[in-house]
Amino acid sequence: MSLDYKVPEFIIERDRDKCIDCQVCERQCANQVHIYDQDLEKMVAQDIDCVNCQRCVKLCPTNALTIRENPSEYKKNKNWTGNMIENIQKQAASGGILLTGMGNPTAKKIYWDHILLNASQVTNPSIDPLREPMELKTFLGRKPDQIEFDESGELKDLPPQLELDIPIMFGAMSFGSISINACKSLAQAASDLGLMYNTGEGGFHEDLYQHGERTIVQVASGRFGVHNEYLNAGAAVEIKVGQGAKPGIGGHLPGEKVGAEVSKTRMIPKGSDALSPAPHHDIYSIEDLRQLIYALKEATDYKKPVSVKIAAVHNVAAIATGIASAGADIIAIDGYRGGTGAAPTMIRDNVGIPVELALAAVDDRLRQEELRKNVSLVVSGSIRNSADIVKAIALGADAVYVASAALISLGCHMCQKCYTGKCNWGIATQRPELVKRLNPEVGAQRVKNLITGWSHEIKEILGGMGINALESLRGNRLMLRGIDLTDKELEILGIKHAGK
Amino acid sequence: MKGSRAEEKIMSGCAISGILNRKGNRFSGEEIIDSIALMHDRSNGLGGGFAAYGIYPEFKEQYAIHMFYDDLDAKEEVDYFLNRHFNIVVAEKIPTREVDKVSNPPIIWRYFATPNEQKLAESGLADDEYVAQSVMNINANYRGAFVVSSGKNMGVFKGVGYPEDIGEFYKLEEYEAYLWTAHGRFPTNTPGWWGGAHPFTLLDWSIVHNGEISSYGANKRYLEMFGYKCTMQTDTEAITYLFDLMLRKHKLSLESAVKAVAAPLWSQIERMEPKEKKIVTTIRTIYGNALLNGPFSIILGHKDGFLALNDRIKLRPLVVAEDKERTYVASEESAIREICPEPEKVWTPRGGEPVIGLLEGRRGV
Repeated sequence: MSLDYKVPEFIIERDRDKCIDCQVCERQCANQVHIYDQDLEKMVAQDIDCVNCQRCVKLCPTNALTIRENPSEYKKNKNWTGNMIENIQKQAASGGILLTGMGNPTAKKIYWDHILLNASQVTNPSIDPLREPMELKTFLGRKPDQIEFDESGELKDLPPQLELDIPIMFGAMSFGSISINACKSLAQAASDLGLMYNTGEGGFHEDLYQHGERTIVQVASGRFGVHNEYLNAGAAVEIKVGQGAKPGIGGHLPGEKVGAEVSKTRMIPKGSDALSPAPHHDIYSIEDLRQLIYALKEATDYKKPVSVKIAAVHNVAAIATGIASAGADIIAIDGYRGGTGAAPTMIRDNVGIPVELALAAVDDRLRQEELRKNVSLVVSGSIRNSADIVKAIALGADAVYVASAALISLGCHMCQKCYTGKCNWGIATQRPELVKRLNPEVGAQRVKNLITGWSHEIKEILGGMGINALESLRGNRLMLRGIDLTDKELEILGIKHAGK
Repeated sequence: MKGSRAEEKIMSGCAISGILNRKGNRFSGEEIIDSIALMHDRSNGLGGGFAAYGIYPEFKEQYAIHMFYDDLDAKEEVDYFLNRHFNIVVAEKIPTREVDKVSNPPIIWRYFATPNEQKLAESGLADDEYVAQSVMNINANYRGAFVVSSGKNMGVFKGVGYPEDIGEFYKLEEYEAYLWTAHGRFPTNTPGWWGGAHPFTLLDWSIVHNGEISSYGANKRYLEMFGYKCTMQTDTEAITYLFDLMLRKHKLSLESAVKAVAAPLWSQIERMEPKEKKIVTTIRTIYGNALLNGPFSIILGHKDGFLALNDRIKLRPLVVAEDKERTYVASEESAIREICPEPEKVWTPRGGEPVIGLLEGRRGV
C-alpha cells in the first residue's frame, strides 16, 4: 500500500491549563477526534479526523479548545494551490469523485455585496416601522391580467395562492438529507410565522402532516414518497428539475442513511441507496413539463399552485419563459451558490451562474414577454441576510427560499460534511444519538427568532426607502445602485452605478 | 426638447388646486389662477399648468391635441405623422401673450382631429386606444416634440414659470370650463423643460400631483408589461397611465382603482365583511404593483369630474370644500377660501380616502 498523503486540515489546540479532562468533547464528536488516553490519563486529539464543526469548542465547559486551519503551507503557487494538490492526492488514493456538502465556497464575485440600497432624504419622508404600518404580505401563485367577473357580476375566484406573511420560505431539504428533528423545527417555524416549508424529495413524514397548510411538497426525478395523499397534503406542489449546487445531475442518498423512518417515508426498501436520476424520465422537453404540471394540477383538483424549480444556468431566461407558458404558477430559481447535502465538488463549484444575474435576466425576459404579472418568481442560492432579501425583491423576486441560513440558526457551522451523515449538530444525520441533540422545539424557536429579526430589518429598510408595502419594492430597481461593477454587469442587473 | 428632457427621475414638491362646477356650468380661468397663485411659495417658478374641461364645445367630437415643438423641423415631422394618421379639422397656434416672467417657450400648437378611418380600421383598435398609442409613439420616438394633451373638449396649458404667469401667458381668462385643475411646481432639480410641467395627460385623463412616488420603479415596470412607455421620468406620467390601464382598459370602477393605488392595509382588510374582503384582497393581489407608495396628493381630472386622493398614510396635504354648485380641492384651505370665502362644508380627507366630484347625473368616471 502506498503512502497516504493525507494531512490534518485542522489543528486542535487544547489549553491544558483549562482542560479538566471531562470527556465532553469525546462524547460529542461523531468523528471520534477526541479520545481519553487511559495511560496518559488525559484527553488527546486526532487532528486528522476533525472537520471543524465547532461542536466540541462550543460545548467545552472550560473553553479549553481552539480549532484553527493547519498553518502548514505548500510552496506558494497561485495556480497549483494547496487545495488543488490535496484534491488530486485524494483522488489518486481513491479513484472516486470529490464529494462535498453545502454551497459553493469559492471566491467568485458575490453580486449581493456589490449592490447598495437607497433611502429617503427630504423630498419624501422615510417611514418609522415602529409607528406606522409596514406590510410584507405576499401572495405566490398565478394572477390574471385583470380583475374578472362572471356573467352574473360576481367576482371570480383567484387561482390558488400561497399567502406569506413574510416573503421568505424554507428551501427544499429532504427528510433523509436532514434529520426528522430538523424537519420538525422548520415546519413548526413555518406554521408559526406564516411562511412555507418545503419537503424536498424526501416524502412527507407523518409527524409533519399537521403542518400541511404550510408545506410545499416536492416532486423530483426519483418520485420518492409521491402518492396522491402526499400531493394533497401540502398547500402547493413543486416540480424539482434542478438544484443550484448541482445543476444537471441527480441525487444520491446512501443506503446507510435509509433507516426505517426514511424507508417508510420515501417508500423504498430499508438500507437501499436512494438514487434520483439526473433528468425526470418523463420530462425530455418543455411539452413534457407541461404534461406533468397539468397531471399534478389534475391530481390536486386545481386547488394548489404548481411551482417549477430550476437551477440558474446559462439560458435561464428562455427556460423560465418556457416554464411560465407551460403553466407553472411559480418559478423557483436556485443560484450556483445554493446549498446541498451532497454534491460532486467540481459540479458545485463550476456549473451554473449567480442567482443575482439569473434573477435579473429572468425578471426582464418575463416582463418582455408580458408574463411576469401572471407568474410568481422565487429565488434561492445563498440568501444570507435580510439585505440580500431586499435586494432580491427589488431586482424582481416575489419571495426567497432560505435554507443554509435556517440550518445555521439550528446550529450548523458550515463544515460542509453533510454527506458523511455524522453531523454533530443533529441536522444532516440519521443517527439517533446525533438526531436527538436537536430539540425541535428549541430549533423552531431559533429559526423563528432569525426570521423575526430579518423581518424587522426588512421593515426598517423599507421604511427608510419611504415604502410601506412590499409590492412597491418588487422589481423597483431604482432602489438599487451598483458598486465596483462593469457596464455589462450593470446592464444585466438593470441598475445604475452608485453616483448616477 | 427645449431645456432637454430629463435623463433621470425628477423629484418635486408642489401645490395643486381644482374647481368643479357640478352642474356643468362653465366659468373662466381667472378663479383657478387666483387659487393657485395664493400658494405661490409652494412653487419655485420651474413649472405651472392647468387642465380645463369643456373649453372646446364647437369641436367636442374631435380629439384636441395640444403640442409642444422645439423647432419647425420637429413640427414638420409630427405634422406628417398626424396627417397620415388623423383627419385634421383645424390646426392652429395656441394664442399666447408676452409675459415678462415666461421666457423661451416652445412652438405651441393644437389640432382638432379624428383618427383616419382607413388607418383605424387597419389597426383594429378602438378610437381611444388608437389615439393613446399615437400619443405614446410621438412622445417616445419624435425628438423635440411632446403631446401636451389629447382628450376631447379639454386641453392642458402648461410651461416653465409660476402658475399664475403661465395662466396669463395662455390667456386663460378667455376660456370657459366646468372643471379646472392647476399645478405649481417645486422640483429639486430640473432641466426646466416645458413638457415636464403638470398636468400630465392621456386622452381625457389629466393629473396634477404633489409628491414623490417611492414605488415609481415598480409602477413603471408594471406598466411596461401593458405596453405603456414611461418616457418622462416622472411619477405623474406613471400615475396617469395606471389610471388609464385600470379605468379604461380593465374597466374597473373608480372606487376599485383607488383600492389598488391607495390600497387599504391588510389589517383593515382583515376586518372587512367577507364580500368586500374578497374584492379588496383580489384587487391587491392582482394590482399590487399599481400601489402608489410614498407621499402624494393628486387630482385626477376627467370629462365627468375628478378624483382627489392622498397616499394611504397622508404624507401630503389635501383639503376639500363644497358650496351650492361647486366642489373645490387644494393643497391648502386658504387657496379655496381665496375664491370661495364661505364654503358650506370644508373637510380634510383621510389618507387613502378618495374624494370623488362628479357632474350631476354622472355615475362615475
